[in-house]
Amino acid sequence: MKYIDEFQDPELARRLLDDIHATVTRPWALMEVCGGQTHSIIRHGIDQLLPEQVELIHGPGCPVCVTPLEVIDKALEIASRPGVIFCSFGDMLRVPGTGRDLFQVRGEGGDVRVVYSPLDALRIAQQNPDREVVFFGIGFETTAPPNAMTVHQARKLGIKNFSMLVSHVRVPPAIEAIMSSPSCRVQGFLAAGHVCSVMGVGEYPELAERFRVPIVVTGFEPLDILEGVRRAVRQLERGEHTVDNAYSRAVRPEGNPAARSMLEDVFEVTDRAWRGIGVIPDSGWRLSSKYRDHDAEHRFSVSGIQTAEPAECRSGEVLQGLLKPHECEAFGTLCTPRTPLGATMVSSEGACAAYYLYRRLDLPATKAREATPVV
Amino acid sequence: MCLAVPGRVLDIEERDGTRMANVDFGGVVKEVCLEYLPDLQVGEYAIVHVGFALQRLDEESARQTLELFAELGLLQGEFGDPWETAAAEAGVDPVEEVSNQ
Repeated sequence: MKYIDEFQDPELARRLLDDIHATVTRPWALMEVCGGQTHSIIRHGIDQLLPEQVELIHGPGCPVCVTPLEVIDKALEIASRPGVIFCSFGDMLRVPGTGRDLFQVRGEGGDVRVVYSPLDALRIAQQNPDREVVFFGIGFETTAPPNAMTVHQARKLGIKNFSMLVSHVRVPPAIEAIMSSPSCRVQGFLAAGHVCSVMGVGEYPELAERFRVPIVVTGFEPLDILEGVRRAVRQLERGEHTVDNAYSRAVRPEGNPAARSMLEDVFEVTDRAWRGIGVIPDSGWRLSSKYRDHDAEHRFSVSGIQTAEPAECRSGEVLQGLLKPHECEAFGTLCTPRTPLGATMVSSEGACAAYYLYRRLDLPATKAREATPVV
Repeated sequence: MCLAVPGRVLDIEERDGTRMANVDFGGVVKEVCLEYLPDLQVGEYAIVHVGFALQRLDEESARQTLELFAELGLLQGEFGDPWETAAAEAGVDPVEEVSNQ
């Protein structure tokens, strides 16, 4: 219980934990879908505070981690071309493609720029009419609406030199894929709060019913996560499987209708490969035909690029909750944030990175020494 | 990147036919698009992701979340210098790396 004093309201945390301890009678495995939740869980030792019977399994909720290698390679190819200004969020800089990353592309002379918002990339396009400006549009349902609006704006304002390399992913098909796997151990989900802020909760009742799993919409703060676990465990103990919103201060049942409407206009659902997992049907968005002029994949003819993951990297199993990061042979030795094999180690929201940051001392002594960065 | 951070609207104006605001995230001020929350007013709080306000939030919740994110170092990740971070992760001196450009 070494971390409980660090909670914003230790007394409330204690009460939630007591309730969970009092409720649990059998082992349960819950998956938190969001990388921000994973980070918070490991940082605050929430998994260690819970009863032994309650296991938290880390899901595929880091957008940087699940972006497929071939999309990274397409980004690297486009970013290397003369005349291109390639704009990206900062956390994509060191995601390894085949042999290199965006950070290295810039070192080799590529014009790679980091933006805070996709609208910043659009402004760069307005300011550089003689250059091709490409924005790397990745992320879940939280990030897709801003990117959709940006493409919409580009079309509305007639900005011809702006395009987007789109690799958006959707959470519900990932839940479906995880639950459909024969090796799945997940019995309940903590759904990602900010995804639901946009999408609402309407996609979940069918999944909860079909797979007989409780789905509790959960926030990121330690108390939010404890409350999410408490509600999920209560349902499981009672044999219930409903959708429950434990993050109502930020999630309305209908989500954000304006954002959802823009998503439907700009994107269309497509099959999408997830890094380390493979193709999940209907799990992604691509630009709809109306916006094809702004599709970088189309404009730069990179659709032929196909690549393979490094064999040593087991991030796919980590992303599906089949393996804990520290159970991977390469963890902390061959694979560190400085020399990442896969995106789960390089992304700050990745499960491997969270374990590396906060769990280093749990490693066997030799591994811990090797894992300690030389500063 | 998936992180959405609560912020307080400081002022609002139209730009290129789009409703934009300056939003304060615990001391860091960024330009934010309000098209998805068109009735958000000055002084109100919202969850903001990559420069877009996505959902209203009450002040107390916003304050607590900002404190937590600051404690986790996530605000640095969101608003800090990404090139410095990437250079540090790669084991490269950021000053030397930038001067090579």
